[in-house]
Amino acid sequence: MTAFDDTVMLHAQGLAKHFVLHNQGGVKIDVFDNVEFTARQGECVILAGPSGSGKSTLLRSLYANYKPQAGSIFVRHGASWVDLCSAQPYQILEIRRDTLGYVSQFLRVIPRVATLDLVTEPLIGQGLTEGAARERAATILTRLRIPEALWSLPPATFSGGEQQRVNIAMTFVQDYPILLLDEPTASLDTENCQTVIDLINEAKARGAAVIGIFHDADVRGAVGTRFYDVAETRQAA
Amino acid sequence: MTVDPVFQRPSPLLQVRGITHRYGHHIGCRDVGFDLYPGEVLGIVGESGSGKTTLLKCISGQMEPSEGSVEYQTRDAGLIDLFRMSEARRRLLMRTDWGIVYQNPRDGLRMRVSAGANVGERLMAIGDRHYGHIRSEAVDWLERVEMDIGRIDDMPHTFSGGMQQRLQIARNLVTKPRLVFMDEPTSGLDVSVQARLLDLIRGLVRTLGIACVIVTHDLGVVRLLSHRLMVMKGGSVVESGLTDQVLDDPQHPYTQLLVSSILPV
Ligand SMILES: Nc1ncnc2c1ncn2[C@@H]1O[C@H](COP(=O)(O)OP(=O)(O)OP(=O)(O)O)[C@@H](O)[C@H]1O
Ligand SMILES: Nc1ncnc2c1ncn2[C@@H]1O[C@H](COP(=O)(O)OP(=O)(O)OP(=O)(O)O)[C@@H](O)[C@H]1O
Ligand SMILES: [Mg+2]
Ligand SMILES: [Mg+2]
Repeated sequence: MTAFDDTVMLHAQGLAKHFVLHNQGGVKIDVFDNVEFTARQGECVILAGPSGSGKSTLLRSLYANYKPQAGSIFVRHGASWVDLCSAQPYQILEIRRDTLGYVSQFLRVIPRVATLDLVTEPLIGQGLTEGAARERAATILTRLRIPEALWSLPPATFSGGEQQRVNIAMTFVQDYPILLLDEPTASLDTENCQTVIDLINEAKARGAAVIGIFHDADVRGAVGTRFYDVAETRQAA
Repeated sequence: MTVDPVFQRPSPLLQVRGITHRYGHHIGCRDVGFDLYPGEVLGIVGESGSGKTTLLKCISGQMEPSEGSVEYQTRDAGLIDLFRMSEARRRLLMRTDWGIVYQNPRDGLRMRVSAGANVGERLMAIGDRHYGHIRSEAVDWLERVEMDIGRIDDMPHTFSGGMQQRLQIARNLVTKPRLVFMDEPTSGLDVSVQARLLDLIRGLVRTLGIACVIVTHDLGVVRLLSHRLMVMKGGSVVESGLTDQVLDDPQHPYTQLLVSSILPV
């Protein structure tokens, strides 16, 4: 058994990340070293630090999209614990399907797939009937004010804000136990920004752990429980 | 601290170990190994001559490697080495459990029989003798690959390249294989035809839960289709892992070059 108590959802320790640009003279970029933090049920940890300090890199590492050079990321997956840094690809895909939701800064989706299908698809793997899945997808798209006329279109031609809202809908349509959010409100107007704040707070209320990057002070104030400063980890490096 | 054993690790469908193939003194591929799980799509990328086709031929039983083993999870007798089983058994497997989609449709189709017969004869090969059933299955599969049923009695050489690839896919999937090998299934086609074919392959692989090994030089194809990626260079695998991790955070100099060369400048 692990030493974590019941409220811990994710625990990173000894996490180090650098990039070596082999085709640019082997330049080494040290991003962070010895990152250690815990995210618990019902809280929102805000990753802080100046531009280029490694906030997005850390968030991508927590999603196993980037590969840390050292350390562990323990994730509560169902009734068990998995270290993402040593998990097999098929395990990571299962964890992403059921446990880890990630909203990237920019939408990147399967081309040529209609918006409604993009939002519905992940639900069908969750044992919902197609009808129920579509209904949930429609509800979240409506809530995020994506006009129904756009639902049958792939989001490639949508505005920046619309694309970002589709991105948010694709994640928030499911009740992920852990949410990783990279500037989810960056290109949104006040009204939609408030909707996203509500969604985040509802997720916290149902017990999700949220780890996010938010630049806007109002958003930080509305959702944040505490800060983790990524820049400080470099001093230890 | 210990981590609980979480996953009931499924049994691999294909277990590849230490595959090396030499053409005389020339190395085709060197010491390649991996496990493929049911429903998993593995992409293999790498420059021309890096050994992708050589490897695919070895692991799909088309060519015996100089060294190494390829074990397949049979439905009745567990893992069996492909090159230790009888020729008859291997052929039966290739007809029933597997599909192979070739880059050149001419290698995978029978050009002198109709589209319907190309699909139907695979069913006959596994013992289906009921003409009505064979015909209706053929129609069903031609529809699933979005082919015009009105052309069911036409010869493959009268079809466009994209249609021939569709027909090849229908011919391969009609027997409900558990594992499909594809070598550059979309290259040589128009971009728009490629896109439709890719959407089709993606849909079929997902809904049928087929495990798949796809060789391609197109990173867009693997980003769309594959769960896992192997990067080859000079006959060896230089990097492998989760597809988006390998493409977004490549570690090996060659992978970095490959990824950066397709980014818009
Ligand atoms: N895939 C990559 N390859 C090479 N370097 C990278 C890669 N991703 C990030 N970096 C580098 O890592 C460092 C941290 O970048 P990151 O995007 O994590 O910063 P950030 O804190 O999110 O900044 P911002 O607030 O501007 O979004 C930067 O120097 C960046 O250039
Ligand atoms: N039948 C053969 N006899 C001799 N050498 C061969 C033969 N087939 C392939 N080779 C050589 O083996 C190496 C690997 O070839 P292979 O066809 O596996 O490459 P590939 O990665 O599929 O390339 P491409 O992307 O161009 O299809 C090459 O150097 C090739 O010249
Ligand atoms: Mg960032
Ligand atoms: Mg080849």
